[in-house]
Amino acid sequence: MHDPTLIRQNLMQWLRTLVAWLVALLLFFPLGWLLLTAFKTELQAIAVPPEWLFAPTLENFHEVQERSDYLLYAKNSVITSVVSTLLGMLIATPAAYAMAFFKGKHTKDILMWMLSTKMMPAVGALVPVYVLAQKSHLLDTQLALIIVFTLSNLPIMVWMLFSQFKDIPHEILEAARMDGAGLWQEWRMVLLPLAMGGLASTGLLCLVLSWNEAFWSLNLTAAKGGTLATLIASYSSPEGLFWAKLSAASLMAIAPIVVFGWFSQKQLVQGLTFGAVK
Amino acid sequence: MAYLQLQGIEKFFGEHHAIKGIDLTIEQGEFMVFVGPSGCGKSTLLRLIAGLERIDHGQLHLQQREITHLASSQRDLAMVFQSYALYPHMSVFENMSFALKLAKVDANTIQQKVQRAADILNLGAYLQRTPRELSGGQRQRVAIGRAIVREPKVFLFDEPLSNLDAALRGQTRVEIAKLHRELGATTIYVTHDQVEAMTLADRVVVLRDGVIEQVGTPLNLYDRPANQFVAQFIGTPPMNLWPSQQLPAGVIQHGPPAAQQGAMGLRAEHVSVTAMGQGQLSGTVELVEALGAETLIYVNSDLGQLLVARQNERSELRPGQPVSVQLDLSRAHWFDAKGLAVTA
Repeated sequence: MHDPTLIRQNLMQWLRTLVAWLVALLLFFPLGWLLLTAFKTELQAIAVPPEWLFAPTLENFHEVQERSDYLLYAKNSVITSVVSTLLGMLIATPAAYAMAFFKGKHTKDILMWMLSTKMMPAVGALVPVYVLAQKSHLLDTQLALIIVFTLSNLPIMVWMLFSQFKDIPHEILEAARMDGAGLWQEWRMVLLPLAMGGLASTGLLCLVLSWNEAFWSLNLTAAKGGTLATLIASYSSPEGLFWAKLSAASLMAIAPIVVFGWFSQKQLVQGLTFGAVK
Repeated sequence: MAYLQLQGIEKFFGEHHAIKGIDLTIEQGEFMVFVGPSGCGKSTLLRLIAGLERIDHGQLHLQQREITHLASSQRDLAMVFQSYALYPHMSVFENMSFALKLAKVDANTIQQKVQRAADILNLGAYLQRTPRELSGGQRQRVAIGRAIVREPKVFLFDEPLSNLDAALRGQTRVEIAKLHRELGATTIYVTHDQVEAMTLADRVVVLRDGVIEQVGTPLNLYDRPANQFVAQFIGTPPMNLWPSQQLPAGVIQHGPPAAQQGAMGLRAEHVSVTAMGQGQLSGTVELVEALGAETLIYVNSDLGQLLVARQNERSELRPGQPVSVQLDLSRAHWFDAKGLAVTA
């Protein structure tokens, strides 16, 4: 009836659930707050204590679209993140293939070196990158961001793909070669189908990273080549803070990628934990 | 005319000289087994033939055509891997037909060939399954089927049975022998298991440290080992070996002069345990292994060496018992100081 181990198990179960909820709420709170604020008036947004019950308004969204061209920024975001992801995959896949299946003496060192470039704060490279962009007339263009996003995501992409390829037994590719497959056939018919999950999650992650990237977008682009990140930033303006509009702009900026991430979360989780469990 | 010919094949892995100049000729239809201790280079040699590793020196000819540096995909060889290496995302049918599909064989022919291979290997009921839905033995058969379907010039087997349990290993060994009889295909088979080597091979290549120690028919290797290494490597239990100096004068005088500084070897079946005082050596029983059909008696001889005798009768001997050991010197193998066989 009152088995002590059973009671303890139940208690642990409860505790775990409680902690999980707490963590989830903690993570969700800023987003939830953003969501609420986006539908308030500016006055309601700064009210202390905060108003929990209010008549929602779409005024902010309307005004954001009026004041700035949401679609232009959205288009820039889509183009820069999609193109940089595709370009990155095009470069990272062969690189990871070579490192995983044709390991040389220095493969490990190269991988570490690639990763180490991510340890430098981006601002450290700001001046040279800015000057380069300026001299080549790429300031405030999509191309500038595409190049920078691609390069800055490459180390992560190579690493993720490398760890996924590493888990594919060599013999399977060798078997394909023995079966008469050339390099391209080996890739298309064996390697890529086997690594599909990993490829998808790597692509998705980079898409999200590029979409959310703010530092380079803010520094290299403005009104023409700017992404949604620059749109949001433009609402924390010197004229004073407009919390409700800022929230509305943020919501509009993150909504596409959140929806996208929601539908692809299975792939994402699989990719991030790939290799952790066999 | 040689079918597959290896001339001075060498391979380096960095500083390590893995294959040190292999010359070997394989005839059409021959079942050749590479055997040797782990690290002897037998798998490397197979991979060099397959084109999965680069040949650093030497030449490889298949039907008089040089293939030394040809890509694996163009050598027309099929390989069965130790891990099977099936394509996990394809069904059994797709696995077996992959090579034909790449070769752009028409669908009807593919269907026929796969069906025939599946019939031979009893895989007919599994063609639509994926590899993960198969048992180890079935996966092994798919791997073999994938090779058969192609009708390659040479079949390469890389320790194909080592992932199977003992019973299945024996059964599959018989199937491979039968398959070779039926197809008559030239086969190179790598194993560290000398029972596989002895039972399957037309000829056996014994390798050590990247060098061929001896090539010959299984019984030839067993009866006439070229050196001490082969003598001890082929046969279970390993051949008894005595340094000549340790042997009593009455024994050593039977050997050739060249063996005076070398060693004498005797198979366990040519050593018998007898009543005290009747044999050339004496010692105490260390262990008795009753295997049913035969009995292995390990004796700690007074020469300070463990030797083994094989007899077909059961034994009442117990460990610790003093015994005498009779050596059938007419069957002795003699080796010189370098370990090479010399005849009496």
